[in-house]
Amino acid sequence: MRDSLGTAVSLVYLARLREAFGAASERIEAPPHVNTVGALRAWLAARGGAWATELAPGRAVRVAVNHDLAGADTPISPGDEIAIFPPVTGG
Amino acid sequence: MPARVQTEDFDVGHELAALRNCDPSIGAVAAFVGTVRDVNADASVSSMTLEHYPGMTEKALETIVADAKVRWRIVEALVIHRVGALHPADQIVLVACTSAHRGDAFAACEFIMDYLKTRAPFWKKEETPEGARWVDARASDDEAAARWHAASKPLGKV
Repeated sequence: MRDSLGTAVSLVYLARLREAFGAASERIEAPPHVNTVGALRAWLAARGGAWATELAPGRAVRVAVNHDLAGADTPISPGDEIAIFPPVTGG
Repeated sequence: MPARVQTEDFDVGHELAALRNCDPSIGAVAAFVGTVRDVNADASVSSMTLEHYPGMTEKALETIVADAKVRWRIVEALVIHRVGALHPADQIVLVACTSAHRGDAFAACEFIMDYLKTRAPFWKKEETPEGARWVDARASDDEAAARWHAASKPLGKV
């Protein structure tokens, strides 16, 4: 029986951030107060190391929730796929 | 499918003929082809790797094409973007639009390219004499995309 009401989501890291974090994806359970993209970013940055460096306020980072570009206020829900990546450079 | 992501090269002539599909209502075909340069940011580039985010990429490109179709009177639009290993002079991307008159095809083609540059999840990693490096996004790309916010309202919402 779980006693937390955390948010279970899949995280995807791409391009330079995948290399910096040393992982392409992971599944996490975020604590209840981590319910927006902005809160998730701050929560991940608190891991320290590359996380703190790459996700520091002011660093250019893009986030997509379920394949749509998201803002800091975008809510996150159980089962979401949340991708974190640098500004895009295609074309 | 108005948008394709593929490792293979593409034949522009073949793609444009398929897009036109002998439709006599079309009076204009505009196409843009992006290719790999051998120099970027003062370093020579021997090759590059294009990475993308499968699933989101197709959705983003189709959204951009749909947006262009709302803004301009275009008959059809096509985006092909390559991924994987590419070398100088290789084709990277094709954007093509058809319309009755040239203005719509030109504008829609440029709009799709500008939005692709800032919203479609592709990343370039270059091989240079100093080693591999991820290409940094350019502020000028954001500015190019931003001008469309004011320049062209969706049809019917002027």
